[in-house]
Amino acid sequence: MLASATAESAGWFLEHAWIIPIVPAVGFLFELFLGKRTGKLSNHGAYFGVAALFVALVLSCGAALNWIDRADAGHGDHSALVVSGAGESLPVLSAEGEGGHSVGTTATPVIKQWTWWSNGGTTFSIGQHVDGLAVVLLVVVSFISFFVHLYSLEYVRGDRRFTHFFAALTLFTASMLNMVIAENTLQLLLGWELMGLCSFMLIGHWWEEEPNARAALKAFFTTRTGDVGLLVGICILYFSTGTFSIKDTNEVALAGTIDSRVLMWAAIALFVGCIGKSGQFPLHTWLPDAMAGPTPVSSLLHSSTMVVAGVYLVARLYGVFYQGFDMAGGGVNLILVISVITILISGLLACVQTDIKKVLAYSTVGQLAYMMLGLGAGAWTMAVFHIFTHAFFKALLFLCAGSVAHSGSHHSFDMKKDMGGLWRKMPITFWTWMLGTVSLCGIIPFAGFFSKDEILANVGYQGYELFMWLGLLGAFFTAAYMGRATYLTFLGSPRGAAAGEHHEEAHDPHAGHDAHAAHDSHAAHDSHGAHDSHGAHDSHGPHESPALITVPLVVLAVVSVASGFLNALPFGLEYFTNWFEPASQEYFPKLSHAPFHWSEALISVAIALAGLLVGLGLFAKDFGPLKGLTKRFAPARWGHTFLVNKYYLDALYEQVVVRALAHPIARAAYWVNQRVIDQIVNTAGRISAGLGRWVYRWIDQGVVDGVVNGAGMTASGSGEGLKGIQSGKVQQYGALLFGAASVAAIVLVVYIRAK
Amino acid sequence: MVAQNIAFGIIAAIMVIAAIRVVTTRNIVHAALWLVLVLAGASAQYILLAAEFLAATQILVYVGAIMVLFLFGTMLTRAQIGREGNLDNRSRVPAVLVALVLAGLLGFVLIDGFRREKLPEDPVVRTTQELSDSIFGVYAIPFWALSVVLTAAVIGAIVLARKD
Amino acid sequence: MLINQFLLLGAVLFCIGVYGVIARRNAVLVLMSIELILNSVNINLLAFALRNGADIAGHTFALYVIAVAAAEVGVGLAIVLLIYRNRRSIALDELSTMKG
Repeated sequence: MLASATAESAGWFLEHAWIIPIVPAVGFLFELFLGKRTGKLSNHGAYFGVAALFVALVLSCGAALNWIDRADAGHGDHSALVVSGAGESLPVLSAEGEGGHSVGTTATPVIKQWTWWSNGGTTFSIGQHVDGLAVVLLVVVSFISFFVHLYSLEYVRGDRRFTHFFAALTLFTASMLNMVIAENTLQLLLGWELMGLCSFMLIGHWWEEEPNARAALKAFFTTRTGDVGLLVGICILYFSTGTFSIKDTNEVALAGTIDSRVLMWAAIALFVGCIGKSGQFPLHTWLPDAMAGPTPVSSLLHSSTMVVAGVYLVARLYGVFYQGFDMAGGGVNLILVISVITILISGLLACVQTDIKKVLAYSTVGQLAYMMLGLGAGAWTMAVFHIFTHAFFKALLFLCAGSVAHSGSHHSFDMKKDMGGLWRKMPITFWTWMLGTVSLCGIIPFAGFFSKDEILANVGYQGYELFMWLGLLGAFFTAAYMGRATYLTFLGSPRGAAAGEHHEEAHDPHAGHDAHAAHDSHAAHDSHGAHDSHGAHDSHGPHESPALITVPLVVLAVVSVASGFLNALPFGLEYFTNWFEPASQEYFPKLSHAPFHWSEALISVAIALAGLLVGLGLFAKDFGPLKGLTKRFAPARWGHTFLVNKYYLDALYEQVVVRALAHPIARAAYWVNQRVIDQIVNTAGRISAGLGRWVYRWIDQGVVDGVVNGAGMTASGSGEGLKGIQSGKVQQYGALLFGAASVAAIVLVVYIRAK
Repeated sequence: MVAQNIAFGIIAAIMVIAAIRVVTTRNIVHAALWLVLVLAGASAQYILLAAEFLAATQILVYVGAIMVLFLFGTMLTRAQIGREGNLDNRSRVPAVLVALVLAGLLGFVLIDGFRREKLPEDPVVRTTQELSDSIFGVYAIPFWALSVVLTAAVIGAIVLARKD
Repeated sequence: MLINQFLLLGAVLFCIGVYGVIARRNAVLVLMSIELILNSVNINLLAFALRNGADIAGHTFALYVIAVAAAEVGVGLAIVLLIYRNRRSIALDELSTMKG
């Protein structure tokens, strides 16, 4: 066992951070094997998961605190809190800082490494590499996962596969935590793939309904397509740097000893993996469909944690990307292009969705694109900070949507048909939703402002003015669709289920949702189980959700708001940067930070507010002036259709690409199977049959029977022949006697004479 | 000695011819008569062999009793008096073969064994006294066995031939 | 006199007797042939008795042979009679009841 800790004493939690993924993994095993057996005692296994996550959360917080201490101590001489005066006079800070100021921490990561398997000179190891980035993600993942577990206790109660749901959820958490602290790219890949598997399992949780199964497959295949790039990238990196270790790879990349073209191809390949996992254009099509899974899944995996894995990968191997895309040189690179395209298309798409979860899904795609934008422009810290804040408010928004569905719109997610006017009936949900929304839109002083707008500021500062304006346009769209969604869901007049009507079995707009599409409200439901058989339920109308749902909402709302202040530049708070950004490390490039300008801030806030008002107002009074626009105005109709069909990208992928590839391959395989393999088998069969027949005729009948019959005939023949001796005639016996005696005598005489 | 040889020769020839006639004639009664001739010839040979008592006994028993028996048997079994169709069975050829082989073998062995060995010129002539001493003395047990045999034969013959 | 002449005579008689035993159909004739054989044996016995210094044992046993022959003929003819009564025929080749 090689244990190489790179710090003297890093604190117990940091040194033992490798326990953090193990705890939920153990919880997973308990849930899987003991969940059903312990039954009510452990709430069918759910309590194992909750307990495991609680422990993981505690350990992660401990690790974070350790790290903060470590970061504060550092190797340098800078103080823990960099509190600088507010205002434009803040000097341009570089990583080294000026005037004794340094941004970021010089604390080194805590690395432990154990040899897993070594083969002919190559050593495969497993271990932990915990630095600021890892610690941030550890806290985020375990925190949100813990609250999602709690939320699911109520949300998924009575489900047909309650235990397996929790098992998959816990396993996912374990694998993501593993990926976060991964010491080398192979371990990272392990966590990455396991997350993909859990995503598949969870999206297709109600796989009996075909749309859910298809969505799960689509998610898996699309991310898999990206994973090819990831594998190629890892291989390129290994063969050029000679190591799997993340720290060493970054160091070698930044040292400039490797041909930059190799690094570029590695970076491109790795980025393809990120495109798949984080739902960037052109592989974004799976994320909205992934909303077929239960809402806790959407909240945990497809908004705050799993999809962030792509961003995390870029942030982790930032040295490779920085060198490969030559970010120091300031040119336009692949990341920027893809992310800005994604921002725009997702923003537009979100404006025409009727399903609230799909709105949030596209919003996620867009926000991930913002993070990528930041990373592509060199705004590493802000992108990571956005991961941090986005996780909280996006998870919050999803849980609110789930709460609405659970108790407000009778398991429907259709905003136009079944929601509206819910703000009175579900106040907690409404106000937490609002907090999440304003955070997302980037309105001061809520969290999103401090992260997203800082990304845009840095993007502009690094010289990518066009991208900054496009990003601001995206922010407008973000605010617009969120306003629209808010209006449709909570304001206005109640429609459909929100008005108290509930759709009977025949009505099937909920197909593909986590609402049970095989709808039979009077038979045993899955997620309805104990509650809400219509007899037992007193009020059919919307009402606030039970505590197990609303408490996580409130907690997340508080955190969403508070998290922003960790790095509120206007107020001079830079905790996040100072704690978590690596400064003056060999494995991390030197970054420059944009200073804060109130003027820029106010512009972006204004844009966001405008978007929000547009979103709310245009739909006010039941869709106001826009009502019937698409019917009246042909280009609007075309545009709308184009957007509703998701730019026909899905059609392109499924009908053209997949068909062109899969069908010929399938046909060829079928041909091989029928003509070649079956022929071989049939011929073998015919040969055997023929051989059998030949053997039967010639050997069995001929030889064997011949021998047997021959023996018989010989016996009877010889018997026939010899029977003459026993004729019963005495004289014949006498003749024989004398004859035999004489012969014997002759023999005797000859014998004696010969002697 | 010459006289004995001549006598032997004539009697031997007669015996052989008679014996052949016994086995080839088609008349049973003739066969019996030829057999008488053989037996008489044998008796004469016994005299040449210095066994007078036996010669006498041979005539008495064989010719006198046994041949009568044969004739009785022939009569009682309704054999054809006179020529009969076929008194030989189908095994004639094998019989000839066997007989010839046997004869050849015996002849060869005898000639090869005894060559020209002569019998003693002046044999001791055994008296009847000595013979009876031997019968009732040394070989008494075979005599008694023989008497049992004869008794059994008599009783058996009577039992068998009873008309019941 | 050569011993061989008596022995050869006996051998010839013996062989003729064997021929008769095998080749004759009538049971009585077979018995007659047996008598030939017995007589040849007697000649043999006496010849050897003379050769071995007029051994009386030879004479004794020749006598016994005659006695036995008598007994045998008696019993044999009785049997032939019985056969004749039961089967109406004393042709030996007809007397076999074996099939085939």
